[in-house]
Amino acid sequence: MKVKGNVFKYNDNVDTDVIIPARHLTSADPEQLKLHCMEDIDPSFVSKVQSGDIMVAGKNFGCGSSREHAPVAIKASGISLVIASDFARIFYRNAINVGLPIMECPEASEGIMQGDVVEADFDTGIITDITTGKTYSAKPFPDFIKKIIDCGGLVAYTKEKSGGAGDI
Amino acid sequence: MGMTMTQKILAAHAGLQSVKSGELIEAKLDLVLGNDVTTPPAIKVFKDMGAGSVFDKDKVCLVPDHFTPNKDIKSAELTKCMRCFAREQNISHYYELGQKGMGIEHVILPDNGIVFPGDLIIGADSHTCTYGAVGAFSTGVGSTDLACAMASGSTWFKVPEAIKVVLTGKPSEYVTGKDIILHLIGMIGVDGALYKSLEFTGEGTHYLSMDQRLTICNMAIECGGKNGIFPIDEVTLEYMEKTNPDRLRNGKYVAYTPDEDAEYSEVIEIDLSSVPLTVALPHLPSNTRPASEVDLPIDQVVIGSCTNGRYEDIKTAAEIFRGRHVKEGIRCIVIPGSQRVYRRALDEGLLAVFDDAGCVISTPTCGPCLGGHMGILAAGERCVSTTNRNFVGRMGHVESEVILAGIPVAAASAIAGKVATPFDLE
Repeated sequence: MKVKGNVFKYNDNVDTDVIIPARHLTSADPEQLKLHCMEDIDPSFVSKVQSGDIMVAGKNFGCGSSREHAPVAIKASGISLVIASDFARIFYRNAINVGLPIMECPEASEGIMQGDVVEADFDTGIITDITTGKTYSAKPFPDFIKKIIDCGGLVAYTKEKSGGAGDI
Repeated sequence: MGMTMTQKILAAHAGLQSVKSGELIEAKLDLVLGNDVTTPPAIKVFKDMGAGSVFDKDKVCLVPDHFTPNKDIKSAELTKCMRCFAREQNISHYYELGQKGMGIEHVILPDNGIVFPGDLIIGADSHTCTYGAVGAFSTGVGSTDLACAMASGSTWFKVPEAIKVVLTGKPSEYVTGKDIILHLIGMIGVDGALYKSLEFTGEGTHYLSMDQRLTICNMAIECGGKNGIFPIDEVTLEYMEKTNPDRLRNGKYVAYTPDEDAEYSEVIEIDLSSVPLTVALPHLPSNTRPASEVDLPIDQVVIGSCTNGRYEDIKTAAEIFRGRHVKEGIRCIVIPGSQRVYRRALDEGLLAVFDDAGCVISTPTCGPCLGGHMGILAAGERCVSTTNRNFVGRMGHVESEVILAGIPVAAASAIAGKVATPFDLE
């Protein structure tokens, strides 16, 4: 599967408080959360983002609070993929669990710039910066994580493992 | 090759003789935790996936603490959702406001004696790493992981490698666990322990009380750590004797020790006698400075949170405020971390000391730490806080600032009206 979109670029250590401030955590509804996504770091994000756009950031993306509302807000805003040099571990799990595609690629994180048009292939891990013509290769997911992604998230994986819905 | 303390706990709960860093395992859980922000989305997932009942009603712990006592209608609905689920599932460890054992999750779980050496705990709150202080493995997850864990009693982990943090020497006067962990985060950065365990060891650990250790492990996440963990010693056993003597005597716990030939990705040595009173300036916990080198005016001080709301913290603050007064124009908010801490402070006259000093005293809540309520900052305001994060907008307006500090610096700052240490007070 391939995605293609305009890039929103951020620095290192983007924390989940700026992705979705706690004052908005009184709702877990994706439609509500997306209205405030990135509010404290990039107030114009919500008005500019279009479905399919791609977020690129530096090291330790999603650090801080364990709020799953953060990947949910990013996904609901229309972002099709987050590329970072690396991710904070709870955000990494949460993104996989809620079905927000992520890729770890330090070179792409450095080379891709704000406003570039980028295409990424989830199957091969190849990231292409169409604006500059450069290509990058993301770190492959461990097999176990791939299995969760292929199942469509942790819930589907847990259901499949336990032999279907019912008493798990 | 030998295993670290963390790896031994993980291996035992996965039913394996040994594990290696990088290995993916499925492990059984001793306790699963959620709060009023993270549990409601988990309940939705739990119901959507068709789960009928939790895996064990005595091993799920639900704590209303973030937006409680509820700040608005929406937060009241969240707490109600969790309360109804707790009743429906007959959850033993649900802590309603005003109950003896209630308070901030990471203050009450250890103090109520439900986390023990060798236990494996996950919680839908990033500061779940706190319980490493008693020699348990504990780490934070999100709401979907919480839902699946409540249903199945197990979850997957990638076995982490570890950084060995060797503590030597004795901390100087007024230097607390907060200064030590801020100092470490300042050394290695906010991603310095990404995906890794922090295993604390060395003769310096013996100078650290359980409350200090809880503060240190609490902030392991602030340098990206998966967990922080302390060895089990006489301090641990004394604490267990106080919090859950029955379980201690029944021997229903395992005191793991790392193998001599355990592999560490890095060894960091910290001489505790050289750790200064430390603050973290905006907007990262790694932006540390010796408190004595900072001269900044402030508007507010917050004393409390899952990092620094324990009895020893409140007692230390009261001793500094005794006979002194908060500087005119400064607000100082004191939030005991649990009902037990609150009551003990009341019985010992500490709350009167705060009142005399011009502090305001709140019921236990996470409140201002995450910008929820009970002390939100306006644009341009600056707060010295004993909480754990100073990110942009964490405690209010995006143009407000949080300076992280330990209890003695926070109390001294409230009295001086600027960032100060107890040595600056008359």
